[in-house]
Formats: sequence, structure tokens, C-alpha cells
Amino acid sequence: MLSTSSIEFSYEDGPPFSFPDIRLERNEELLIIGESGSGKTTILNIIGGLLKPKSGKVLIDNEDIYALKGAQLDKFRGRNIGVIFQKPHILSALTVVENLQVANFFANKSDNGVIDTSLRELDIAHKKDAKVNTLSQGEAQRVSIARALVNHPKLILADEPTSSLDDKNAEAVIQLLKQQSKKLNAALVVVTHDQRVKDHIQQHITVGKF
Amino acid sequence: MNLIKLSWKYLISKPLNTGLNILLLAMGLAIITVLLLMQDQFENKMTRDAKGIDLVIGAKGSPLQLVLSSVYHIDFPTGNIPLNEAEGVSKNRLIKNVIPMGMGDNYNGYRIIGTNHDYLELYEASFKEGKAWEFPFETVVGHAVARKLELELGSKFVGSHGIGTASHAHEEHDYVVVGVLEKQDNVLDQLILTSIESVWYTHDEDHDHEKFEQPVATTGFPNSEQPDREVTSLLVQYRNPIAAVQLPRFINSRSSLQAASPSFEISRLFELLGIGIKLVQGLAVVIIVIAGLGIFIALYNSLKERKYDLAVMRTLGASRGTLFVHIILEGFLLTMLGGILGLAIGHFFLWLLVITNEQGALAGLRPDVFLAEELWLLLIALATGVLASLIPAWNAYRTDIAKQLTGA
Repeated sequence: MLSTSSIEFSYEDGPPFSFPDIRLERNEELLIIGESGSGKTTILNIIGGLLKPKSGKVLIDNEDIYALKGAQLDKFRGRNIGVIFQKPHILSALTVVENLQVANFFANKSDNGVIDTSLRELDIAHKKDAKVNTLSQGEAQRVSIARALVNHPKLILADEPTSSLDDKNAEAVIQLLKQQSKKLNAALVVVTHDQRVKDHIQQHITVGKF
Repeated sequence: MNLIKLSWKYLISKPLNTGLNILLLAMGLAIITVLLLMQDQFENKMTRDAKGIDLVIGAKGSPLQLVLSSVYHIDFPTGNIPLNEAEGVSKNRLIKNVIPMGMGDNYNGYRIIGTNHDYLELYEASFKEGKAWEFPFETVVGHAVARKLELELGSKFVGSHGIGTASHAHEEHDYVVVGVLEKQDNVLDQLILTSIESVWYTHDEDHDHEKFEQPVATTGFPNSEQPDREVTSLLVQYRNPIAAVQLPRFINSRSSLQAASPSFEISRLFELLGIGIKLVQGLAVVIIVIAGLGIFIALYNSLKERKYDLAVMRTLGASRGTLFVHIILEGFLLTMLGGILGLAIGHFFLWLLVITNEQGALAGLRPDVFLAEELWLLLIALATGVLASLIPAWNAYRTDIAKQLTGA
């Protein structure tokens, strides 16, 4: 499902990073742990098709994603990868339900009732027509998860999904991610330095310090 | 959800900013629309009203005033000329036809014009009801006059002296309406027409009721036993092109008369007005440019706040091109609304001008007429929007997703 091989990357004025190879099948979960500045967000961006590595390959569903050209890669990402960020990053001009609709639109997928279902499952159906600035932090994070899942991605990437949440919410979010990725039969990669997450996900790799 | 809707959502998420830019653009376009409409219709109206009138002969004074008063019925007459002198000059072999005019009275602000049936034929006037006058004090009223003053066949009214309202009334004898004209879309709509004899008789001191029963002259000059009769002006048709050269000079060399050519005087008038129109046009262009700048600045600034949003759209599957179109569409939608609103306000302005100015020079202009040039205005507006959103759209196109999202 997901495999990376000999990925290297360097920022313009920084030292080069090299990342361990990753292999992940559907229904599997992986935790990438590292300190701040260890490059763990970089690896997530590379896997998500957001940042081209200096060398190495990323294969998702047997597709070499950096061999795809511009708009093709964008479309591939929209249809196959769901990204959840540290901050919810909800489109400010739109309501909750429109945020999910826009994800459908950019990926050329139709709704088919998925939106209502996921809003209900994530317990935000009652905020359907609310604007972002009326949501609580937990609600906003759930909206961003719903949006990442609305196109039924094969790969779900989460970047520090729990860092700004309290224990109770952090646990809930992790459980939600696990449960949803099982349901969608997707692979889940979580990047974090949050020790609370460790106990929930079996497979770990550590980047930065070895 | 689609791109137009998405752009629209972002526009209305900033209603004040969007509203201000739309209004600014609309104002600039509205001014140009009014000018276009007025220029087009005014020139048309001026040419239509002066059709078939080669020369106006009247008392000495300003030639422009003579033309405005005798052809367009908007200024005051320059004075009267003796009937015998008018008849004398009309015998000139260069003149094909002469229509005498007698003015000086009004009814509720609408001018009462004494003339003959040639004047009706000049404008190919058709009757809605009734017929032309045949006896003194019979009148034919224009469409707008009949509608405004609620006159119909058989209506009686009393003229007052002068050509503005609120002057003293001639109470000695009533005018009676014998004909109502169809809508002509020219100056006749605003006039009350009668015979020159009627105008004379209302001003006479004695009331010789016998002559009130005599039919009036329907063509040429009226007969008069009184030696001191006067007319206000003569509308002249040339017999041949040489007349245009010789006749005005010949008449102007006589001490008591002057001749003025409507086409010459009107082009002089437009020349004078032209400077003012140019100035207002320039102002409108400046407003449109400012509106364009406003749109540019609004988009450019909002883009700083929206870089996250744009990066998120990219992770959701939007391509660079999609975001480019998304921003261009915002400018496009904004100026489309501004353009349509501008044209609407322009027509509304003209409508206001016309209804507050029913007896003046603007009477009879139509705010419901649309010009092909207005389509061009709309295109200019849209081009402004696209131009103003080009740089912001390019920035959106170049947004580096990973950098934005990790906050680097």
C-alpha cells in the first residue's frame, strides 16, 4: 500500500535528512516519533505528496507519486490521501458542511450521503451550518478529520493531531482516527512527539535521533 | 460545491469590503452610462427636432437663443418681427417654404405655439384623435401635454402670458382642444399648437367676435387687416444648396432680422458642452481605476490571510491552475456585479433626471433604451476585474503548500 525507499531531503540552508524506509499495508497503523526539528513533519509532507524529496521514491498503491505531473499529483492526493494537520485549518469563509463539500469537489467525487454520515459519526452534525469561528477546538479538529476522510482515502496522514488537545480529547481523537481508518480499510500514519499516543499504536519508528 | 460558488463564498465573507468595491465600480460606470445615454439620445433628439429646418429667421439677438427657442422650444424667444417684413423676406427666390411661428404664451408651463399646418407636416405628425385647428382658439396638443395636463377633445383652458408658469392669465377667451397627437418622440410632444391668429387675438385689446368665426390660414401667412401684426420667427427650407451660402448673409445684412442655422448652432453648443462632458468622463475613468485598485488591494491583502486556506485546498486535491482560476473568478464576479449595478444605476439616474425635468431640455429622453456601447462598458468592467486579480491569482498559483502548512 505505502512504501518509501531511500528518501533523502535537505532544506536550502539545513543539514540533509535521510529517512528509514517505510512499508505499510492497508489496515495497518504506524507512529512516527521524533523531537521538534527532527524532520518528522517533513517526512509526512513527503509521503503526502506535498514536498518533493531530493531523492528516493514514494509508492502509494503502486503509484510512484512524484512521477505524477502537477495537477495529476494534486488530484491523486485529493482522492487517495487524507491529511490532518496540527491545527484544524478549516476554510474560514465556508460552513462546516461546505468544508466537506469542497473536499468532494476538488477530488471530483460525489457526495452520496457520505458527508451526513461522517458528520454524524464524528458528532458534529448539529454544527453542520456553523462557521469555523463558532466551533470549539475539539469540534474544529473533528471537522478537519471528517474533511480528511470524506473522500474515503486509502492513506490517512495525521501531523501532531493531539498536541493542542487535553488528555480526554487527545484520547478521543486517536481512537477516532484508528476506528475510522479501520472502517475505511485505510493505512494510518501518525506523526507526533506526544507520548500519550504511543500506547495506542503498535508500530513505531523514530526519526532524528537513533 | 463548484468554483464559482467557492469564490462567491469568499466574497461575501467580507461583505463591507466587497460592497465598497462593487459600489465604487458601479458609480464610475453609472456616470459613463448616463453620459452615453444622454449624448446618444440628446444628439438624436436634436437632429430629429431640427429635421427639415435649414434656417431660422427672427429678431436680432443670440443666434443660439433663436434656434433653441424656435426649433427646440427651450430658451426664450429673441423678440418679434413685423409681419410685413417677414412676408417680404419670404418672397426670396432661394426659399422653398416658410413656416411662421408666433410664441409668447403658455398653459401650465407648456408652450402655446401659433403656426400653420405646415408645421405638423414638417414632423409628419399623426393624430391620436381629432384633427388640426381650423378656427381661432382651436388647439392641437402634444402627447406629453395631453397626458400630463389631462386634456382631451373638447377640453377648454386659458393661456397665460409668458413662457413660464405663474404669469398673468388671458381670461378673455378659452382655448379648446380639437386634436390630440400621437406620441411623436420629438418636440411636438411638449407643445400646444394653434393658429397664429389665436395668438394675436388673445393679445388684442378689442374683442371683435366676428373675426373669431372666420377660418384661419392653414398654410403660408395669416391675413391681417391690421398693419402692425408681428410673428416671432420663421422656419425656412432652402430651395437649393446655394441658399445656404447666400441667404443667411443677405438676411443678416438687413438691420432688423437675423438668420441662424440650427445645425451650425447645435454643433457649436455641443462643442461648448463637450469640455464639460470630457471632464466628467475623465472623472468617471479615475473612479473606475480606483475601483480596480481597490479590488487589487483587497484581493492582495486577503491572500495573505488566505494562504493557509489555499494550501489546504491544494492538499484536498485542487491544482495550481484551479486556485488561479478561483482568485480570478473572485475579481470577475465582483466586477460583473459592479458592472450590472453600474448600468442599472446609470439608467436610474437618467430616469430621475427626466422625471424631475419634464418641461426642460431633457424631456423626452428615454431611460429604458439600451445601447450596444453598454455591453462594452460591461466588458471593460470585467477586464478591470481580471486585471486586478491577475497578480493575486499568480501568487495563489505559486503558493508552496508544505511551507504554508508547517508555518515555515
